Amino acid sequence: MEEVKLLGFWPSSFVYRVIWALKLKGVKFDYIEEDLSNKSELLLQYNPVRKNVPVLVHGGKSIAESLVILEYIEETWPQNPLLPKDPHEKALARFWMQFGVDKIRPAIFAYFRAIGEEGEKAKEFQEVLKIVEKQGLGDQKFFGGDNTIGLVDIAFGMLAYWLECIEEVVGVKVLEASSLPRLHAWAQNFKQVPVVKDNLPDRGKLLAHYKHSREKLILAASSSQ
Amino acid sequence: MTLTEMAEQNKVILYGTWTSPYVKRVELALKVKGIRYEYVEEDLRNKSPLLLTFNPIHKKVPVLVHNGKAIVESLVIIEYIDETWKTGPQLLPEDPYKRSQIRFWASYMQQVSEAMVLVIKTIGEAQEKAIKEVSEKVKLLEAGLKGLFPDGIPSVHEYSKNVTLLDLVILAHFGGYEAQEEVLGLKLIDSEKTPLVVSCITALIEIPAVKESLNPLEKVVAFLKFFRENALKSATA
Repeated sequence: MEEVKLLGFWPSSFVYRVIWALKLKGVKFDYIEEDLSNKSELLLQYNPVRKNVPVLVHGGKSIAESLVILEYIEETWPQNPLLPKDPHEKALARFWMQFGVDKIRPAIFAYFRAIGEEGEKAKEFQEVLKIVEKQGLGDQKFFGGDNTIGLVDIAFGMLAYWLECIEEVVGVKVLEASSLPRLHAWAQNFKQVPVVKDNLPDRGKLLAHYKHSREKLILAASSSQ
Repeated sequence: MTLTEMAEQNKVILYGTWTSPYVKRVELALKVKGIRYEYVEEDLRNKSPLLLTFNPIHKKVPVLVHNGKAIVESLVIIEYIDETWKTGPQLLPEDPYKRSQIRFWASYMQQVSEAMVLVIKTIGEAQEKAIKEVSEKVKLLEAGLKGLFPDGIPSVHEYSKNVTLLDLVILAHFGGYEAQEEVLGLKLIDSEKTPLVVSCITALIEIPAVKESLNPLEKVVAFLKFFRENALKSATA
């Protein structure tokens, strides 16, 4: 089998999407940690357009953008399928992954960067998650079904673990059992899936990482006043 | 099942607006694959109850309805079309790596498109900044196309059999380049700086299914002028 390499950055939930998918398919790979403040020649060579991680390198050919990588993994290693076979069901899964890009990501961004408006942005973020809970998850245990996780679960993984650390740092909760019971339950279940449980960044380190980022934002906000 | 029921079952409806490049992407896909469909023009200031039913989350176009089920998000729709109808060119090739390159650049076009819209909506320094951004991004796209077309753009005949999702996306945003040039008084794509991008568009426009779906120049010019005037008005208001 041709060599598989993954260029990553330890706090990135996007990188972990790829790790989980590769592990679920039983694909062996070499992980290369990148320092994004000091990008390596390798990274710039493999991802000249976006210069970011994750980047998957398979047989010397590179693929960037985590969702593109996930589809590549699904097609190259079809064992343990992570997308539905039915075209309409597949389209729905892809819709939710795109929803994550268009709606969830900006909401998290706004919530994390909100200095002085945390409560307001948290509420807006919750509204977005309510849609995900009602229309995406419904009564299922996972987005992929009752017994199995799929690409949508993987794409939403940051909500199950990274978000807790962000909530602690921002000081306002978003994903609560009281307001988002099913999504909250999904998060707990997702973290228990063996491939996820065994592949998560250290919580203490992640917390420190977010604290540091937020402190920089607060500093920038106060100095611009 | 009666013939009428069978026809209903396979019915394809596209909800759209003629000015949206995202709708155009889907239209082009349906046309190059020779799929019969009904088109419903939506007034986005007065959305039809059907649109709201079929796309309750985003309430946007395009929406494709097939067998009574709705699919939204232009790239998701095109992948669905490619998987469901085997007529015409295969919009995503078999090879997973080639597919990944096409998906990567198709998603990159979002950034190019946003920069282009900024050029249309602004003047002066803001516009200059946006123009520079478009130029940088189109240069990157050119490099991407070099990777996908190492032997250059094929003949129109060859091309029409091998059109991909990326070609349709590029066409949807740049197909009206003449109108853009007329309204802006400048070129957003230049055959000297980005020859592959330009030859790709000029070849694609010649494909019969594509030609018939492009809007008349005067109509696009009039719309872009109106869009630009409105944007500039609200900017200074």
